[in-house]
Amino acid sequence: MKVISIDKTEWANGIEKTKSIYRLFGPVKENTWHSFMPLGPGEQPDMAYGNSRLSPKFLVHPQTEPMFEYNLDEKQADHHVLKEIPKDVSPKAIIGIRPCDASAFLLVKRNFDTPTYKDPYWLTAYNSLTLIGYACNQPCSTCFCTTAGCGPFHEEGLDAILVDAGDRYLLKALTEKGEAYIQSAGWATSAPSDADQSIEKLKSTAEKAIASHVSTDKLRNQSTTQLYDAPFWEEIAFSCINCGTCTYSCPTCWCFDIQDENHGKCGVRMRNWDSCMYPLFSLHGTGHNPRGAKAHRVRQRFMHKLKYYVDKYDNGIQCVGCGRCIRLCPVNIDIRKVCNQMNSYDPAACVCPV
Amino acid sequence: MQNPYLPYPVKIDEIITETEDKNLKTFKFVFINPADEQKFAYRAGQFAELSVTGKGEIPIGIASSPTEKGFVKFTVNKVGLVSSFLHNMKVGDVMGIRGPLGNSYPWDVLEGKNVVIIGGGFAFTTLRSSIIYMLDPVNRPKFRDINVIYGARTPGMLLYRDELAAWERRDDIHMHITVDATTDPDWKYNVGFVPTITEKKAPQADSDTYAIICGPPIMIKFTQPVLDKMGYGHDHIIMSLENRMKCGIGMCGRCNVGKEFVCKDGPVFTLAQLNTMPKEY
Repeated sequence: MKVISIDKTEWANGIEKTKSIYRLFGPVKENTWHSFMPLGPGEQPDMAYGNSRLSPKFLVHPQTEPMFEYNLDEKQADHHVLKEIPKDVSPKAIIGIRPCDASAFLLVKRNFDTPTYKDPYWLTAYNSLTLIGYACNQPCSTCFCTTAGCGPFHEEGLDAILVDAGDRYLLKALTEKGEAYIQSAGWATSAPSDADQSIEKLKSTAEKAIASHVSTDKLRNQSTTQLYDAPFWEEIAFSCINCGTCTYSCPTCWCFDIQDENHGKCGVRMRNWDSCMYPLFSLHGTGHNPRGAKAHRVRQRFMHKLKYYVDKYDNGIQCVGCGRCIRLCPVNIDIRKVCNQMNSYDPAACVCPV
Repeated sequence: MQNPYLPYPVKIDEIITETEDKNLKTFKFVFINPADEQKFAYRAGQFAELSVTGKGEIPIGIASSPTEKGFVKFTVNKVGLVSSFLHNMKVGDVMGIRGPLGNSYPWDVLEGKNVVIIGGGFAFTTLRSSIIYMLDPVNRPKFRDINVIYGARTPGMLLYRDELAAWERRDDIHMHITVDATTDPDWKYNVGFVPTITEKKAPQADSDTYAIICGPPIMIKFTQPVLDKMGYGHDHIIMSLENRMKCGIGMCGRCNVGKEFVCKDGPVFTLAQLNTMPKEY
């Protein structure tokens, strides 16, 4: 599709125009960090950012979300019967989402959109979104997207991709949704014919700037039970405090809990983010816990992302290389190191000291 | 888009206290919208989420059989918040059922085969469903010998005692009921742990004989070596797993054993399958 050139002085005006059709979300600086926030009239996305502290996954899978409502008053008709809550399906657009975070939606979609069951909450929210991505000219030191099935200019999962080319933006529509957004902004200046080459050049520079990598080629053929029993889990988990920061900040973590919340005679059935880092996540009613120890839970997180997911979908690892868990982990557990350790694990070479 | 989290509204039709410790009750539910019964078409071995409005949901094996019409039955152990509340509910109360969920016992494989059912304690619910299903006059000719080994701590802890007695009187099912111990002078069945009775009573293994085991971990732990000794192949030993669940449809992420979700890919696995999976259950 063709590339549009937007003079940076025209940018804000176009964004403003789209607000009549879309509810906009974009990066906004709060204290030291950027977060994806709703952009009201006159509010602009702050395009001078690396990446947000938390991924914008909450716009599809909110941290807490009502599923059903009910009343417990036996005098009311339909008491104790759950009723669906109407959801906002109006068009929304995320401006400036990084390619890794958009790509993460596609990974997560495999969990929520299956041949047997479709999750209506996730899918409705996802389908109402238009994702205007923002290519990373300057990746962070913790980014390893290029070896995690993604990249700083990765297009899959985006509706349009925006590239910062100095005094102007180059914007390429990738889907009809992206096309429609660009039209609503009124940006119509075709980029010069060498725009594709300029993008390629920036892309190649950005990819070269990514200094850290993971190896994933051997994960598929590793034996699940041998990896599960590998001796390194205790050591990896040793410093972990099971805080769950890695799971909450991860754009590809989707685990959730379902809880009923009553207010007098009324109530809602909620779903809330949950985390495999917590013992309650898997605790049986009998008191037995299949993942009762910290190391079991750390192993679950990495095995899920780097082995179970790989085996289940045969479509790469459940990680886009955004590096948030590395940056935010309070005890410096590094998924890159764990991934390489799992990938290169050779049970035959592992001799335990007697 | 159909919402897989939305339960069918049901009414409690009957509550039976099953065991002498009063910790196990069977709840018979009828669908408030009669058309929902058809949508809930299930197979023996599946489970459902019982939704107690205002408290939450619990995954429970379906104790009624697909051949029983007009109601569904669940036997619930009093354990946590939802099950304790449910135990205090009364006939006529409204709640919900979501399902059927999970796979089932492999009825296509079991057809034309000898079936040995080995159950212990309150894990007998989906086994009851299976027995009623196989004994249905339409289905009985599809199966060869049926043996049932079922044990509980005491006679008063056995589930479905009237039905057990009725099955004892039939000649098309071999019942081997046992208790760990009893002082009841009228007890006329076996005394001994399930693995011991299995060794004595279960038929020898052959390629046409399948064992379905459902019980507490300790029973499974000691029964499996007995079956090994008798020559049962691991693809002929069928087990039903439990893990903590919420969604029941393979999405919320907590009940996985390796890459399989107990709620969606299970709860029924052969021992051969389990041997390739981490022991995380």
